[in-house]
Amino acid sequence: MLGYLIRRVLAAIPVMGVVALFVFLLLRLTPGDPAAILAGDNATPEQLERIRTSLGLNEPLYTQFFTWIGRLLHGDLGVSLISNVPVTTMLGSRLEPTLSIALTTIVLAVLVAVPLGVVAAWKHGTWIDRFVMALSVIGFSVPVFVIGYLLIQIFAIELRWLPVQGFRSLSRGFGPFVERITLPTLTLSFIYIALIARMTRAAMLDVLDEDYVRTARAKGIPERGVLLRHALRNAAVPVITVIGTGFALLISGVVVTETVFNLPGIGRLTVDAVLARDYPVIQAMILLASGIYVAVNLLIDLSYTLLDPRIRY
Amino acid sequence: MAVDALPEPSIRITPRRLGRDVLRTSPIIAVAVLCLAAIVLLAIFAPLVAPHDPQLLAPALRLKPANAEFPLGTDAYGRDVLSRILYGGRISLLIGLGAALFSIVIGLLIGLVSGFFKWLDAVMMRIMDGLMAIPSILLAIAVVSLSGASLTTVLIAITIPEIPRVARLVRSVVLSAREEPYVEAAISVGSSLPKIMWRHLMPNTVAPLIVQGTYVCASAILTEAILSFLGAGISPEIPTWGNIMAEGRAFFQIKPSLIFWPGLMLSIAILSVNLIGDAARDALDPRMKRRGGNA
Repeated sequence: MLGYLIRRVLAAIPVMGVVALFVFLLLRLTPGDPAAILAGDNATPEQLERIRTSLGLNEPLYTQFFTWIGRLLHGDLGVSLISNVPVTTMLGSRLEPTLSIALTTIVLAVLVAVPLGVVAAWKHGTWIDRFVMALSVIGFSVPVFVIGYLLIQIFAIELRWLPVQGFRSLSRGFGPFVERITLPTLTLSFIYIALIARMTRAAMLDVLDEDYVRTARAKGIPERGVLLRHALRNAAVPVITVIGTGFALLISGVVVTETVFNLPGIGRLTVDAVLARDYPVIQAMILLASGIYVAVNLLIDLSYTLLDPRIRY
Repeated sequence: MAVDALPEPSIRITPRRLGRDVLRTSPIIAVAVLCLAAIVLLAIFAPLVAPHDPQLLAPALRLKPANAEFPLGTDAYGRDVLSRILYGGRISLLIGLGAALFSIVIGLLIGLVSGFFKWLDAVMMRIMDGLMAIPSILLAIAVVSLSGASLTTVLIAITIPEIPRVARLVRSVVLSAREEPYVEAAISVGSSLPKIMWRHLMPNTVAPLIVQGTYVCASAILTEAILSFLGAGISPEIPTWGNIMAEGRAFFQIKPSLIFWPGLMLSIAILSVNLIGDAARDALDPRMKRRGGNA
């Protein structure tokens, strides 16, 4: 087990290395002078020079890369070209809205999607099954921002139950905080629910055919126990896996949702950085998002042994 | 040569058989095909169908509600929303088709080669893993913001994140197919490598690639809309569904239809492509049918 753990962690290093190299080369391989691309059309020579020094663009390519990696490993994500504030500081001040909607989304999605998938597989072929499948196809096809605006139109504008946009920190009261993250969370959950429900249903359908499920039923175990203890436990691995791979959707969804609801989070920070060509921030955000994705999937890989004792490394 | 006379891989897909199987599966698919056909035709014939010039500015007619002259009203610059939506479909479909085509061609090459050469495989797959770890929206907006927002750069930016998925799929098919006796036979009689890859390995990938291609198409249409919506897509004066919605954002409380009409078209287009993809998968791989897919 320990050997496997070490090997898996080591295997994540080249993946992150490729991500870092890609992010690094993205600016340098784009045709044209990188400093000019970042500074825009009306830049003065001084501005160009400032950007070159700040990013070390006057050094040879490999020196630039290793200096940059060295700084990264010391936790230095660089300094914004626009505001001159360290990226880590910017991140810290934007963390709360993003974490709030991401965490509530994951919890809500799992709580809704897994039961939906289980019931759909259990009542396979009935209207419940068809409803869940339709919901999941629609969840995949209707863009996040369309869902967001629909929810705003219905719950904020027509019914006036919730505020339209904005964010209020949890430290300023629980009520206003919940009011403002409800619609973003619902918006973001939609596609995640679609993904998890679909996978739960597929995995459950596979498992419900197994001999041990029939045996469990023949023993007279109540259907609830058969479904939850015997079937769902065995269907858990693909479901957990899809929660991990779905993290990529969640990250993209956060970026869009924060724009729709004007949340001052990390997604909005990224979009603003992209529009302003603030390369150090863009670079840091891609690395961070990819790092989280790799780490989540690594943890999920390792969790297989807990979920399924048959898996031994 | 004798080897060429060996039986072809068992699944032989003709477009007609595929179409028949797909339509038989369910009437919903027929509706999806009709919807998509309508969207494609409207986009192709947009210049004939559209009542107005989609880029004609008329400041006096800003944000007019729907009326006889402007069936869906006008936007903040007085442009006809219906005409913009009709023209907007062109970009979405072009991006969807282009991304599907390019990601399949490049992914097929990478997958075939790395499935066949073990030494290359390790390196290529690490690169693909790295690319897959970057959330596709972030990757795309970063590429577009640095290289400027033209149709080509947007297409490249959307295609890059799709390539690893195609490459991995092709590789897995090749890895299992290369153990088959007919491939061994071809190697043993000295067929050239390109010939083995093209005649014996490639046909195995056709069925999964048709399915994957539709999914890439749907996801590319969605990504393009998101890019435009975030302001990091094709230049705003060109009508695309995402651009119409991006401009409508500021006026959402006054005129929500600026977001909902293009949003509806976008959803119908993506839904149709996804449904057709699901149906193609069920028709090509009957084992998946009952499960309704796993991805």
